Amino acid sequence: MTEPLPTVVLVDDHELFRAGVRAELEGLVDVRAEAGTVEEAAQVTFRERPDVVLLDVHMPGGGGVEVIRQVAPKLPGQRFLALSVSDAAEDVIAVIRAGARGYVTKSISGDELADAIRRVRDGDAVFSPRLAGFVLDAFKGELEEAEVDPELDRLTLREREVLRLIARGYAYKEIALRLSISPKTVEAHVSAVLRKLQLSNRHELSRWAVERRLVD
Amino acid sequence: MTRMTAAGSSPILRDTQRGLVAGVLAGLGRRIGVDPVVLRVAFVITVIGTGGLVLLAYLVAWAALPAAEGGSAPMARFGRLARVRGDWRVAVGVALLTLSALLAFRELGIWWSDPVAWPLVLAAFGAALLWVRTKPSAPLAAEPTPTPREPETAAPRTQPQAARPRAWSRLAEEYGGAFGVLLVIGAALLFLSSNHILGGLRDAALTAVVVVVALGLILAPFLWRLARNLAAERAERIRSQERAQVAAHLHDSVLQTLTLMQKRAGDSREVAALARRQERELREWLAGDQRAGDERSLASELRLAAESIEDDHRIAIESVVVGDCELDNPAEAVLGAAREALLNAARHSGDAGPIRVYAEIDRAGIALFVRDRGGGFDPDAVAADRRGVRESIVGRMQRAGGRADIRSSPGGGTEVAIEIARGRANGMEPV
Repeated sequence: MTEPLPTVVLVDDHELFRAGVRAELEGLVDVRAEAGTVEEAAQVTFRERPDVVLLDVHMPGGGGVEVIRQVAPKLPGQRFLALSVSDAAEDVIAVIRAGARGYVTKSISGDELADAIRRVRDGDAVFSPRLAGFVLDAFKGELEEAEVDPELDRLTLREREVLRLIARGYAYKEIALRLSISPKTVEAHVSAVLRKLQLSNRHELSRWAVERRLVD
Repeated sequence: MTRMTAAGSSPILRDTQRGLVAGVLAGLGRRIGVDPVVLRVAFVITVIGTGGLVLLAYLVAWAALPAAEGGSAPMARFGRLARVRGDWRVAVGVALLTLSALLAFRELGIWWSDPVAWPLVLAAFGAALLWVRTKPSAPLAAEPTPTPREPETAAPRTQPQAARPRAWSRLAEEYGGAFGVLLVIGAALLFLSSNHILGGLRDAALTAVVVVVALGLILAPFLWRLARNLAAERAERIRSQERAQVAAHLHDSVLQTLTLMQKRAGDSREVAALARRQERELREWLAGDQRAGDERSLASELRLAAESIEDDHRIAIESVVVGDCELDNPAEAVLGAAREALLNAARHSGDAGPIRVYAEIDRAGIALFVRDRGGGFDPDAVAADRRGVRESIVGRMQRAGGRADIRSSPGGGTEVAIEIARGRANGMEPV
């Protein structure tokens, strides 16, 4: 272990859950501080300047989206990873569009979570299989040529392939192997998709997320 | 005497069978024990004597009295009609009908001068407004109330269009009532003043109006607070009802499961399975049972299959489904093959993490992948008992016109890939 452990601030309104995550991440990351409310989260983040803020989506007072909204203008480089029990597309899309670098569900194992934290610290994006499925679903339909920004509103074939493999449960390394590309390239594709997800004006995106609630 | 008996025992009913016009006089005659013919003669004489005014009384009686053969009074029926149509439109209709009836009378030469006619039209309009306003309380209660368990945030999604018209009609209802009262009062004043009855009474009337307005101003805050308190109380009652419902549900489900888990604390697989099932139930409950009414679709059937296999084999299945379609032939084939693949994975993957299902459904076709991280196997050295399973997946898909691949390597897990095209004639399978 020559590499320093990633520093983390843990934000969740359930103390029991924070304790559980902390125990699971023991020795894998450096949990600097915890916060149970939106205000506390902002304060602690300004104070600690962690590599990654591990962020609960649902909290009283606006949740993870509000934390990002308060912190991001003052600390533009701050990285957030959303961690939630909610699989609702609306929540996922909202927190990603607010600026989180990734989204994982709370059922994730400690090792996987530590891996995701490291990846977010390094500036990569972290997609769970479900998030990959959401993106594929949201970017599915064809749009009128005129209202499309090809840079942002469409996924390339390669990006689709990568997302499909993530949805099927493949790790980045396995994806790289299958597509005969380097893991770095896989990460580049995922980051590109994240950017599109955050910046696309694709009007269908939010409507899709709302409609999706009826199903999930 | 008539009035007393009517209030006492049985009400007056219109006798439409023996009646000549609407059965009002026949019914009245039966009720008070007088031959209807006598009543009719008396009626005609009074009509001629009063210049037709009694004819109006007849109309009112017809409207207010229910027929003897069952059925309700025309007025009650009108109330129901008013609920179906817009409130005030019906009221306007009544006003116009009254006006046209009066004009018809005028043409016929039966006329009591304008000072009577116009207040009558106004009063009919106002009274109709009041009627349609007092009626709707029943249908509002009968209306299916949205299930209270549905989370509050879910409400605007389910009835975004329904909410607005209801708010509108409530507003119209509020003001329609007040407007109706004003119209009737106005009609009365107009009648009095235009018939010069008001004359000396004008000062007294003015005094009365001022007193009423003053009283209204004094009482307004009190009434308003009263209304608010009532609303708050009602909201509180609904809240506590909801709380009771939630408590009951949690008791039946979550607490029971927790007890069960404590008892089985030694068996980690069992505990995990219990927790998983409970989580699923809770999520479904929170989502508000929208799935219950859904038609059978591939996505919902896949979910059900995964859930039952999760329960039977004490393993976790995580599925991601993009798109959906009805259960046509290709979808049925995919569903059957997916079920086999899941069962296979459940039996052989052991505890090696969740089984993942990914399905992509669109108009062109269906692609579905079932992946486990179990021990895997060498596809070239498949044991005889597993060949059967293979057959049920690969063979089934081939018969349906699709295909299935099983990729596996020792130590690398297994993935079953199923694909089929949709939107073609499905019966044409190669024999």
